[in-house]
Amino acid sequence: MTLLEISDVSVHYGRIRALSGLSLTVEEGEVVTLIGANGAGKTTTMRTVSGLLPVTSGSITFEGDDITRLRADLRVVRGICQSPEGRAIFPGMTVQENLDMGCYTRKDRAAIAEDYERVFSLFPRLEERRTQVGGTMSGGEQQMLALGRALMARPRLLLLDEPSMGLAPQFIQQIFRIITEINEQGTTVLLVEQNAQQALSRAHRAYILDAGEITRTGTGAELLADPSIKDAYLGVG
Amino acid sequence: MIGNLPTVLAQGGVDWISFDIGRLVDQFWYNTVNGLAYGSIYSLVAVGYTLVYGVLKLINFAHSEVFIVGAFGAYFTFQFLGYESGGIAQAPLVETIVNLILALAVAMICSGLVALTLERVAYRPLRRKKAPRLVFLITAVGASFAIQQAIMLWRNPNPELAIQLIAPRPLFEVFGVSVTNIQLTVFLAALVLLLIADSFINRTRLGRGIRAVAQDPDTATLMGVNKERVIMLTFIIGGLLAGAAALFYIMQIPQGVVYNGGFLLGIKAFTAAVLGGIGNLRGALLGGFLLGVFENYGQSLLGGQWRDVVAFVVLIVILMFRPTGILGESLGKARV
Ligand SMILES: Nc1ncnc2c1ncn2[C@@H]1O[C@H](COP(=O)(O)OP(=O)(O)O)[C@@H](O)[C@H]1O
Ligand SMILES: [Mg+2]
Repeated sequence: MTLLEISDVSVHYGRIRALSGLSLTVEEGEVVTLIGANGAGKTTTMRTVSGLLPVTSGSITFEGDDITRLRADLRVVRGICQSPEGRAIFPGMTVQENLDMGCYTRKDRAAIAEDYERVFSLFPRLEERRTQVGGTMSGGEQQMLALGRALMARPRLLLLDEPSMGLAPQFIQQIFRIITEINEQGTTVLLVEQNAQQALSRAHRAYILDAGEITRTGTGAELLADPSIKDAYLGVG
Repeated sequence: MIGNLPTVLAQGGVDWISFDIGRLVDQFWYNTVNGLAYGSIYSLVAVGYTLVYGVLKLINFAHSEVFIVGAFGAYFTFQFLGYESGGIAQAPLVETIVNLILALAVAMICSGLVALTLERVAYRPLRRKKAPRLVFLITAVGASFAIQQAIMLWRNPNPELAIQLIAPRPLFEVFGVSVTNIQLTVFLAALVLLLIADSFINRTRLGRGIRAVAQDPDTATLMGVNKERVIMLTFIIGGLLAGAAALFYIMQIPQGVVYNGGFLLGIKAFTAAVLGGIGNLRGALLGGFLLGVFENYGQSLLGGQWRDVVAFVVLIVILMFRPTGILGESLGKARV
């Protein structure tokens, strides 16, 4: 089943066009990755799906329902949760409070308790640091907190905007491993990455975004093997 | 003059300013007790400035009128309940308490409604239009004047005749200073309200939503927080506390409520918010009490005519040397 469908969406910042006629789909159960250079429009795409930016044209459907004009906070209730770029945890809140923010819209107490256990088993560090203030944690820990917080929403679709950004290699490995694990537990993931190598090898399908347009799409393995992709995006690998 | 400041101090000052250190010492405890009771009013009003600043980064200059409308609300409740203007009532204790609670409720509702209306009518349309920050500020000042002038046209420029439900009566002594029934009531009631507000912000789900919007509005939205509702809520909380402060104000001041009575008090409460750290809830509490006592110390040291100057000097000094105030800006960091 198609979970998310973006059809022919354009988005502007003032007069500047950031996305032009972008279309992509995410099927239930997939990990889909969106690859592109700095400034290609990846974050813009994610913010548009979450409803922080209005579209100028085109439409977005979620589970078959048109959500193009749905308020951003109601999209969370529908099951779209995003962990934004730059691990935007709430710096003045404790680890516990940050996680609580993840389940802000939820009322199902029993399931929430289960999700706390799940998050704490994925990230034992968070359980140890429950009372620590988020802003005082290391970059890697903050990224785990951001991921854990997003999981607390028990999203149908998890949007991750550059979860590996600025992290040490051992943290990057761990983050990607956890993304795969989360997906295997049944969460659909749309992943934005600059680390194309890792993202392509973990994703079922991928889209290449360039200057606000999709220029290529295929399975992760196909794009990983493509020499032109290799040149453009896997340079540092 | 700075060069021979020690001499000036020794001589007790020049002709336009003099320092009476003896009086400062003599009246220290009196000023402290008094200042805490009066400062609790500043604290309550300061919370409104600080909460709105936290989520909107806006200094809501019309908050002083949110306050004064509450004061009129309480005053007219007294009148409605049959108290005579210009007198000290002598109703039985239980009846007095019931009536005070009634007036408290009316004042809080009046101020809460004004705050909410202000947000809906004045600020929200500007947010929709993505107006620049300065436009919000000018609108706030404009709204402040508009409400003030409306009250003046409706009543008149003169203060209402004061109504006192309770005659001040000393209850007990601390450090040789007698504490009156009014001071104790006001201080305790304000403290209770402030603690309720603090635990609402720091311990409830909605309070967490307010802090989330203050720290990172976009991410808060991504977690499902309805930002518009949070903004409304902060105006309502600020309004309710300003209304309570308004009742405590007319209980403590001898002169009656007047249309522009919010102006000076508003600036002082704003000073208190800045002193504690604007955007920081506990800063507002602290700043209010501190300003209350500083003002009194200044009055003893320099003389009564300097009382208001103290507040403004505090404001300017803080803005110059530590704009983030004592506890620093951030609603969220004022946790637990
Ligand atoms: N707030 C903004 N105002 C104006 N232009 C913006 C804004 N945010 C992003 N852009 C522009 O939109 C384009 C896409 O940006 P973005 O989506 O952040 O790219 P990416 O996430 O792929 O690095 C860039 O050209 C960027 O300069
Ligand atoms: Mg980006």
